Amino acid sequence: MTAQDAVITVEGLSKSYLVGHESAGPERYGSLRDSLVRQAKNLARKTADMARGRQIIQGDEVEEFWALRDVSFEVARGEVLGIVGRNGAGKSTLLKILSRITEPTTGRVRIRGRVASLLEVGTGFHPELTGRENIFLNGSILGMTRSEIKAKFDEIVAFAEIDKFLDTPVKRYSSGMYVRLAFAVAAHLEPEILVVDEVLAVGDFEFQRKCLGKMKDVSRHDGRTVLFVSHNIAAVKALCSKGLYLESGRLRCWGTVEAAVGEYIGAGSDAFNGTIPRDLPRQYATGEAELRSVQIIDRGGSVVQAVVTGEPIHVRVQWEVAEPLARAMIEVGINDQEGRQITQSFSSDGGAPPIDMKHGPHEIRLEIQDTVFPGRYSLLAGIHRMDGTTVDFVERAFDFEVLNAGSDDPAHYPWTVRGYLRPAQRWTAPVLPSESDNGTPR
Amino acid sequence: MPIMEIILEAGRSERNYWRDLWHYRELFQVLAWRDVSVRYKQTVIGVVWAVIRPLLTMIVFTVIFGRIARLPTEGNAPYALMVFSGMLPWTFFSTALGDASASLISNANLISKVYFPRLIVPAATIVVAFIDFLISFAILIAMMAWYRFLPGWQIVLLPAFVIVAILAALGPALWITAANVKYRDFRYVVPFVVQFGLYISPVGFSSKVVPDAWRLLYSLNPLVGVIDGFRWCILGGESNIYWPGFGLSLFGVGFFLWLGIRQFRKVEKTFADLI
Repeated sequence: MTAQDAVITVEGLSKSYLVGHESAGPERYGSLRDSLVRQAKNLARKTADMARGRQIIQGDEVEEFWALRDVSFEVARGEVLGIVGRNGAGKSTLLKILSRITEPTTGRVRIRGRVASLLEVGTGFHPELTGRENIFLNGSILGMTRSEIKAKFDEIVAFAEIDKFLDTPVKRYSSGMYVRLAFAVAAHLEPEILVVDEVLAVGDFEFQRKCLGKMKDVSRHDGRTVLFVSHNIAAVKALCSKGLYLESGRLRCWGTVEAAVGEYIGAGSDAFNGTIPRDLPRQYATGEAELRSVQIIDRGGSVVQAVVTGEPIHVRVQWEVAEPLARAMIEVGINDQEGRQITQSFSSDGGAPPIDMKHGPHEIRLEIQDTVFPGRYSLLAGIHRMDGTTVDFVERAFDFEVLNAGSDDPAHYPWTVRGYLRPAQRWTAPVLPSESDNGTPR
Repeated sequence: MPIMEIILEAGRSERNYWRDLWHYRELFQVLAWRDVSVRYKQTVIGVVWAVIRPLLTMIVFTVIFGRIARLPTEGNAPYALMVFSGMLPWTFFSTALGDASASLISNANLISKVYFPRLIVPAATIVVAFIDFLISFAILIAMMAWYRFLPGWQIVLLPAFVIVAILAALGPALWITAANVKYRDFRYVVPFVVQFGLYISPVGFSSKVVPDAWRLLYSLNPLVGVIDGFRWCILGGESNIYWPGFGLSLFGVGFFLWLGIRQFRKVEKTFADLI
């Protein structure tokens, strides 16, 4: 790629914020005197900050937090770049810098062309104003001129499907109508560079599909550059040609969308790797045996935080036995995000013999076929005796995500699914005699 | 169309700041129109509020300063007219200051989600105050007809003083707006300044009651020059403007405008992080 083609060039970009904490510990609930002393110190610090023209930070410990650290990449004209990463990885900060809302702490960005950013649907909508008035208001805020809005007005109204309510204040709109109107305005922007943050997470399914289609058109036919942040891996894969994966503010991968998404799915961080702390308070533990780790692993045996619908889930459970345990079994279950248990598997299922556990470390593996729909889940595990008494039990031992499969995969769901389970199934239809068979003599 | 190239770097000052501002003039119009059109929504008597408030204030001041305290008016002009011509710029100033200083915070979601020159937001609220000013001006004309008071030739210079009034409001408004984003203490300072300012500015009384020795010092308050100028235009020959004081007030207006814009531009880029 030559410098000529690059519409966005980012070099060594970093952004830091100052955050304050209330210092924790016993002095939190100390005496009145302690409290007064701390308040006085705080006041002194705030006054000093104000005198020096610095910002005021609540709390008594100030820490510098790097939301982005030394990020460099380029985006070519007409490219659609998908940005993925966990919450707090710096995706939104990056978009805010690129759309000039905040300035970088260090580093440099060069942008060639008009940028329109869509960090939220309906930015600046005023509830007291009518749909018609809000189209003009929101359009101007997003950078359209009045003549542009006028020219596209009918198209926007048709796209939003709200023509009957054009002169109703938007505070009377249903949330669906509100979102449709907001996105309709945004979809008719015509900048050289469009920056979109997670806006497809709202709205009903039918409308989401319409928006995805519109965004595809924008990049393919009009040759515009699009930067797209989403947690919806399927949408990122469908829309983007290139991908960027951020982790804790650092650039982990910049390449094809497959590579970036692959890194994101495969990434494990120490915080969630399923190792169970020894000092974890346990409700049922008898002390005879303790769970050490519960993890999902890939074929190569390394821990993964996410799996794709339709692929088997490989679970590895490790535990340590302090006192030999006869006739026991291992339980593994899946909980939904609200903590409701939706599956339960026992190592004794199907008549498998109980395990006699000797002193020392143990490991067992479980393969779960075709289980659940896309979503966020967690694993629980337990050690029980065959008589039903519990030796150890840990809930929420491992958080993981089931991602929607790519659109070319049979396990792909282009709509939002309800329920949790994806049981193995077979559909049949009775064979009816077809019309051509009717007149044919045997 | 030439391709716009932007470079984003820490502390980089905008080279095309004023051109950029001009580029966003339509957004300025739209935001001003929004603020005007939602101002009296869901009120029963709507825009009548813009008439009632200044009228009542004028009556109270005329009774207290004119009848009870028996302060002199300017020349032979009716005391009520003298009060009202001083209230025009004062109400404009205090409304603009109050609305502008809260404007960035009440538009926080806009500031943190879209880019545009931030100066537009407080500037747009001044338009709202100006609409109220125009309504008050209509009341003034009605009052002059009632008192059968004919203004002199000086009235043609009024637009120039209106511009001075706008600039006088803009400077402190920008300064306080910028400070308010960082330090919310200023939210409590503004109502106090407005309340206090009403009595140290010659709104309910004529600036002639100030002893001559103190007149120049008194003119350090930019509002003194603005109000005197308004009275000179509206009451014509009945009012005598104190020109050295007016010059000093004009200087004060210019100084606050420079200070306000400078401070605003300095912190403008950090608004999204602080708000």
